[in-house]
Formats: sequence, C-alpha cells, structure tokens
Amino acid sequence: MSGAARIAAGILTDPARPVGFRFDGRAFAGLAGDTLASALLANGQRLIARSFKYHRPRGIVTAGPEEPSALVDVLTASGREPNQLATTLPLCEGLCAVSQNRWPSLHYDLLAFNDRLARFLPAGFYYKTFMWPARAWERLYEPLIRRAAGLGKLVPRIGAAAAPAETVHHHADVLVVGAGAAGLTAANLLGRCGLRVLLADQDAVLGGGTLLDEGWTAWRQQTGDALAASPSVRILTRSTVVGAYGHGVFGALETLAAPTSSSGLRERLHVIRVRRVLFATGAEERLIALAGNDVPGVMLAGAAHSYLRRYGVAVGCRPAFFVNNDEAYAALFALAAAGISPVAVIDVRAESLAAARARALGMRVYARCLVSAVLGRSSVRAVRITALDGAPLQTVRADSLLLSGGFSPRAALPVQLGGHLGWQERLAAFVPELTPRAGVMAGSARGVAGLAAAARDGAVAAAQIARELGRECEPHAAPPETDLAATPLAALWEVPGPGRAFVDLQNDVTTADVRLACREGYAHLEHMKRYTTHGMATDQGRIGGLLGSAVLAQARGQTLAEVGALRPRPFAQPVPFAALAGSEVGAHFKPQRRLPLHDWHAAHGASFVSTGLWLRPLVYAQEGGWEPVLREARAVRQGVGVTDVSTLGKIDVQGADAVRFLDVVYANTFSTLAVGRARYGIMLREDGMLFDDGTTARLAAEHFLVTTTTANAAAVLEHLEFHRQSTCAQLDVTLTDVADQWAQFAIAGPRARELLARIVDADVANAAFPFMAAGAVRAAGVAARLFRISFSGELAFELAVPAHCARTVWEALQSAGRTLGLLPYGLDALNTLRIEKGHVTGAELNGNTSAHDLGFGRMLKPQGDFIGRTLSARPALQSGERLQLVGVRPLDRARRLRNGMHLLASSGASEGYVTSSTPSTELPGWLGLALLSGGRARIGTRLTARSELHGEEVAVEILSPHMLDPENVRVRA
Amino acid sequence: MLRISCPWCGARDETEFRYRGDAGRPRPPADAGMAPFLAYVYERDNPLGWHLEWWLHVGGCRQLLQVLRHTLTHDIRWVGAPGAQPPAPTE
Repeated sequence: MSGAARIAAGILTDPARPVGFRFDGRAFAGLAGDTLASALLANGQRLIARSFKYHRPRGIVTAGPEEPSALVDVLTASGREPNQLATTLPLCEGLCAVSQNRWPSLHYDLLAFNDRLARFLPAGFYYKTFMWPARAWERLYEPLIRRAAGLGKLVPRIGAAAAPAETVHHHADVLVVGAGAAGLTAANLLGRCGLRVLLADQDAVLGGGTLLDEGWTAWRQQTGDALAASPSVRILTRSTVVGAYGHGVFGALETLAAPTSSSGLRERLHVIRVRRVLFATGAEERLIALAGNDVPGVMLAGAAHSYLRRYGVAVGCRPAFFVNNDEAYAALFALAAAGISPVAVIDVRAESLAAARARALGMRVYARCLVSAVLGRSSVRAVRITALDGAPLQTVRADSLLLSGGFSPRAALPVQLGGHLGWQERLAAFVPELTPRAGVMAGSARGVAGLAAAARDGAVAAAQIARELGRECEPHAAPPETDLAATPLAALWEVPGPGRAFVDLQNDVTTADVRLACREGYAHLEHMKRYTTHGMATDQGRIGGLLGSAVLAQARGQTLAEVGALRPRPFAQPVPFAALAGSEVGAHFKPQRRLPLHDWHAAHGASFVSTGLWLRPLVYAQEGGWEPVLREARAVRQGVGVTDVSTLGKIDVQGADAVRFLDVVYANTFSTLAVGRARYGIMLREDGMLFDDGTTARLAAEHFLVTTTTANAAAVLEHLEFHRQSTCAQLDVTLTDVADQWAQFAIAGPRARELLARIVDADVANAAFPFMAAGAVRAAGVAARLFRISFSGELAFELAVPAHCARTVWEALQSAGRTLGLLPYGLDALNTLRIEKGHVTGAELNGNTSAHDLGFGRMLKPQGDFIGRTLSARPALQSGERLQLVGVRPLDRARRLRNGMHLLASSGASEGYVTSSTPSTELPGWLGLALLSGGRARIGTRLTARSELHGEEVAVEILSPHMLDPENVRVRA
Repeated sequence: MLRISCPWCGARDETEFRYRGDAGRPRPPADAGMAPFLAYVYERDNPLGWHLEWWLHVGGCRQLLQVLRHTLTHDIRWVGAPGAQPPAPTE
C-alpha cells in the first residue's frame, strides 16, 4: 500500500457525506461525488484487476472512459454487471464491486503463472498451438482458454427492472459534442443567436479541461449558468455521443444510475437529429511504452491531475514524472502546490519552458533522459533512469510514475463521418479533418493547444455554423488568458530495453508482439491489429493505439504517417444491449395487431397465435390437441362454421383505368370480369416467380376490391403503389388501403346459405348469387359486401362489414346459427380445410415457386403484358424436374405426417418435402401437401417421407393436391 | 442514417421509406424479349458517385420518389416526383 490519500478538497466531492462501499468483500469509505476509482485510490487500494492474458496485477491508469485496466464486476440485486469502468462508475452507498479475471483472489492469483510463461505465449500463440486435433478446439481448448483469459462474467439481466432503458429523440439546429472551453463557448454563442443547441458531454459536470484549471472556475460557472438559463440550449451530461450516422443523425448514451439500483432507468439512448454538428471532443493523453508501464501506480499525468482537482486524491506521495511535453507539467505544478513534490522529473527534451519553471520551484529535472523500467510488481517501487543513449544513470525510489507521451485528438466521431486523419508533425499526432458539410471541429480535438486558444477556436467555429444557418453570432467575450508559452513536444513512443513494454494494457499486447506480427508477415496495421488484438479491447486502444502504430512503423522502417492509425469504429464507447433495446422488450418488442373481434374470440375460449403482427384465433380451445380442431373443421364439412378472416389485406382500386392496371399487375385477366363477380388472381414478381394470390371483386365498372394474403398485405400494397406510380404512371387509377376498415367473415359449410339467409336482406340462392358472385347486401341491418368465394372447399360466402359493426353482425350470425349447429373455427381448422382441398398458402407460395410449379400455369394470360410475363417464360422455370405441388398420404393410415418431412427416392436422396399436413376430416388418417421434383408426373407412385428431427419414417402415396371434391361440386352447390 | 426530404412530408428518416432500386433504368417495353428483362431484373450497376434511386414513402404519404444520392458520401442532392427531371448527375 502506498501513502496516497485524500489530501485536499475536490471540486466534486462532498467531505460531509461519506459513502460506504465494498471492493472484493472489504468495506471502504469514500465521499459523495467520488468515482469508484477515486474512492479506491483515496483508500490506498491500487491493485484493481488482473490482466486479460498474463494475469498481471493492474491498477488505475486514467480518470475517464478511456481506462484500459480498472474494470470491475458490480454485484446487483439481479446478478452481476461485468466490465464496469471504475473510473466512470459513480460511487453510491452500498456499491459492491469485485475484481475480475483472478482465481482464487486478486492478491494471490494462481493463473499468474501465465506471466512467467509469457515468452512462450506470444501473439498468435493460440492459433499456432491449439491446431490439432480440430475437434478438441470446441470441447477442450476454447473452454480452457476462455476460463484463463477474459474479463468479467456476464449474467443476463433477467428479472431486472422491466424497462431498464428508454429512448429519447431530439431535433435541434446544432449538436455540440463536448463541454470544454471550446464547446461551452460555442454552445453559448449559438444559443444566444437563437439557434436550438444540444450540448452533450460524457462527464457529470460541464467544463472538460477547464475543470483542471482554477483560473477558469468563474468563467466555467458563469458560462454554465448562462447555458442552463438559455431557453434554446438543452444540456445532456453523462451522455457520450457514441455514433455518428450521417445526415445529422447521432446516438448518445446517457448513464443514469449505478448498476446497483434495482429499479428505475439505468440508461437512456438519445437519438439526435440536427442540421449541424460541432466536435469539441478534446484530446486524449498517450501512454509511453516502457518496461513495466502496467505496474499499479503508473498513471497518465493528466489523470493524476484530475484525481487531485476533482476528488482531492493524490495518487502517490513520491511520484516520478516522465514526460515529453509541456502541457503535462500542469499536473506536476498542481500536485506540488498541494504538497506532493516529485522525486524526479524526467523529460526527454533538452530544455523546455515548463522544465525551467519546475527547476525554479526546486524540482530535480533530468533533461534528455528516459525512464527505462518501472520496478515493482503489484505497486511501483522505483524507476530506472537512463540517458537518451540508454546509459544507466540512476534508480530512484518512487511510489508512482506519472506519464505523458503527448496528446491525440479524439477522432472517433469525425472518422465515422468519413473524416481523414492527417498527420501533424508539430503535435506528433493524427488530427481528424472533415469537410465543412460533414461537421466542424474546434479546440484540442483539432490540435489547438491551450484553454484560451480552444475557447477562441470554439467562437470561430460557432460563427461559421451560425452563418451557415443564416444567423450572426455576437462577438466572443475574451476568455481568461491562462495559456502559458510552451516548448513543442518531442515525439516519444517507446523506451527500448529488456522487459515487457505494453502498448495495449487491456489485451496484454507488448511492443514485442507488434514486432513479431511484422516479422510473421502481418505488417499492415490492420493485419497487425488482428494478429495481436492490439486496440481490439473495449477501450479500442485509446491511450496506447498510436504506440502500436509507432512500433510497427519502426519495424517496417517507415514513418508513422505512412503506417497510419487504428480506425476507431462505432460505438465510440461500449453500449449495453439493454440500452439499444430500450423499452422495446418483451411484449413491446413489436406492435401487436388485434382483430376487431379479439375480445369476443378471447371470451369464447380461443387460443391465439401470432402471425406477423396479428394475433389470430388458432382454435376455440386451450387444450385437446387435434380433437377440437377437427370438431371445428367437421362442423364446416357437415353443417356450417364461421371464421374471422379480417386479417386479409384489402385494397380498394378505383379509376377509369383500374381494370387496365389490374391486368398489368395480375398474371391472369381481369378485363373480362363482369360487375358483380369475383375472380381468383395470382400476382408474379418481375422475375417470374409467384408473389401473392387472392380474390378480386368488381364492385362497379371502375371500382375493384383486391384481397391479399395476410402475410403479404403490406408487401402487395407497396408493390402495387410502386407500379402505379412508375410503370403504370400514365393510368388513371388510385389505391386505398382499406384493410383496417373492413372486418370479414367466412361462412362455410353445406348449411352456409341457410344461415346467411337468416341475416341478409338479399336472395342468396344459387341462381341469384352463384359461385364467384359479389355484391352489396344488408346483413343484420348493416351495409355489407357479400362474396361467394370458398377457401374451405365447401359452399361458402365471405361477408365484409365495416370494422366498427363487426360485433353486431358476428353476434347476429352466432344467434342465427345456434339451431344449425354453427361453430366458430380458428386458423388450425381453416388450414385443415384448405389442405384437403389443395389450396395454397405461404408454405407453398414461398417465393421459390412458379405458377407452373403450383399448377397455375394455365392462368397466365397468353395475350398482353403483365408483371413477370417475360421472365416466367424462362425455359428452366418450365422444367418438369422442378418441385411441383402434390398431395401426400401415409399408406399406413395410423401414421402421421410432419411439415418439413423429406420425400426420399429409393437411393435415399431428397426429392422434395412436405409443406403442410393435417389429420383429415373425412378420410382416415393424415393428408399433406408437398413440393416434389417432377411431382405431377409422379401422382400414384409411392415414396418414403422422413423427418430426421423426429426420427420418423413413413411410406406415402403421391396424390393430386385436390384430395377432396376435385370436381368442385360442393362450392357450386 | 439517411434523412430524405420528401416533397410532401418534409425531412424523414430512411426507416419510413422502402428502397425500390435504380430509377435510371425504366422497365423494358412488354415485347422487348428475354435479354432486356434479364438485365432489368438481375444486372446492377454499382456506381461510385451519384445514383438515381426509387424510394417509396411507405410509412408516410405512400408517394414514390426519385432520389439522387451519392453512394460514397450518402449526400442527397435532389428529391423529386417520379416524372420530374433530375439534375444532371455531375460530380
């Protein structure tokens, strides 16, 4: 343990409000306002985790979302939340965190022997070693490796709050990402000229870099107050913009509550739509690759500065500094002012203004020197200082090492928008460059150093955006002038020497791994990344990514500019799936469509089935298997039944050219259809395959009603609209979707006419209303439409009534049918009836079948154009070898069929499959429909049907699909 | 995500629309024969640059639109009714 502790008042912590929490079972106390990381540091707890591959002790390296090492599991009421960043996790009373990837304990980790084997575990080791036998990979190697490597344990959030996340949509003029000096200035100016501004920052408080400089406190508060009071500015804190999707659409993740809270919202996903965007996302401090740069107690200098200013916590009492730039000295001076003097300041440069200031404060500065190694295992013990040429100089006892290798602009969002990363030698960094239309950048995100300079840059960016949106920004009030003159940095990526130097702490990738990848032929940056997993961890290599590029550049003998930087990918920060799902979970995953008679069906014992978005009555029973289904179906065969077919798509087609339009979109002819008649029609896709079927009735000379299958209702409407407005644009025709306006009932069975006559005012005798007649009637006093069409194969009518009258008419039917033995029937019975009759549904109209395949070949009109005409005539589609619709029936009547059974030739090869099957209402045993190669020519032959899934095999005979009443006597009765 | 400015409804998310293919290739005449129809249905240009496309506003006004979109930048330069004349697709 070090002597680090809380040494000052932090700007975020409240010393009057202690907060108790546990880490690995031990009780600790922090303060309200702490993160888990700052509270652990304040308690001297440095060792936080074991590393991914080598199980090396790891501590806290950063103070923000870029943290690679300090990941913990948080125990919750419903389980555990893995991979929480201690550096952003707000401390709350009772928080229980446990360390990851260690066994049995953090201090004594048995798998740490991996570290001793490190020289035998280079990059690509697993791929090279666990090659053979291949079967062992899944069963043995992978489970073993997964246990040894990896991060936290995932426990699904089952039983957690019903809706732990929600989605919010925003529309604004400008999104400002980042609330530092540049972002605050810009948001303020843009808001003042009346533009609607959305300001998002990942931090809990506004200020960004200004939080670290006392000279900016007043400015920060004034600007924050002005923004909060502005009616046109909306501020989102704790909200990280994680994705930029083009056309001004962005996604931001807001973290609302700690994972311990068992109820309430955890995350909020903001979907943001704006006209312009300003990226003021700042820059990220970089690591330096040197031996032992992962030992707990090694931290970025800026992070140490943050812990001091924000939480009053010093990382160590005897820190050593190792830097290559002047900006990092701010941490040094702040710590010194708080009474923590560095034991050594090691600067790679010969001289600098900041080093001179440090000397003036009496600090020991080692100029033109390096730290070549960190000594210590679970905590920093000393640092070894060498000259630039590697000559050993001195070993200095220190309890922490604060590093700074320079700064890289945060490029993730601009790169997602197609931004180019341009190398700037002056900064030794890649700086994102965006076309002005894609977005504007300001402050250190585009390489501008210094807070005052960033504020001025934000004002320039705001003026540019305001002008583009037709506004004029007022002049920018001068910011505090705190920027000191600075000496440029000297690029430094790696200190050569023995020992392992890490470029990716989270995935345990070393400089040696990068060189090995290059030697083994993975010399392209993106190949090296995949071979070594450099930058592929959840932190996407934010603090060490460029180090890997630099080591690779050296190995390739090229410049860093030539090698390039790892491409940041969405999301810019890990996003829980629960946040993406929002409240669209469980029953809210998709909308549910209910029939107008849903309540009646439910009250009469229906079990429902979900088809598409619809809930449809499957059978009016909760149990009993096929028995209640057959009872309903037999009522139709022997007496009368009624079923709710309101889910059918219904499209009202009107206009002088309506009939010409139908002739184009249907493969069969409608121009010969008389008023008051209906006709079955088939629709093809342009590639010649069957698309949909249904009946169309001619209600008047220029007025048709098209019905579609339930499943294709939306697709057919879209198809018809597309052709109406493109290929048929010259035709006078309009389409209206009336699916929801009309409820429709099929009344089927030998006594259907008898029932219907009791409630309609029209003559429904065969002479007056023959098969395929259509007309207006009044049913139970309601204006209705009557169609004499049949899907069941029986004498049948379909009665359409306005949806709001559905119950009146349906109940009139029920009471009129009581003495006729009327039964309502569900989707299962409907299916039984149509299979026996050989009518097709989606199982046969599956997108791979042609009109010829299903026996509709003669319906294709020989004359005139229609969609799909030319390509349906392709020779291969006429082939007799194609799968054709047939009926199947087990020879042993006691055996059943199953959907999906393969029809096997004597050789055992599959020649087709069963698409639909049912026990028969009239014949003994089961019947089915099947698609069989060359099926029509094989009617009367025998085959074997087999289901591998069920281990069943049954001999079947091949029949005509019209297994019941093939002469259509019943429907015309 | 694309935001498409429907002339009838205003700027809307692409999720309200259905992509309906290349608007620069009209359906061949009925008697054109097999080859032009095969090309119409199966052959796709994959241009780098401006592309004239059909988008149907299924979740809105159900109007079919021509959209001139850049396949690399996703910029949308023009949206018009089916019969309208698009601007010359120059760089």
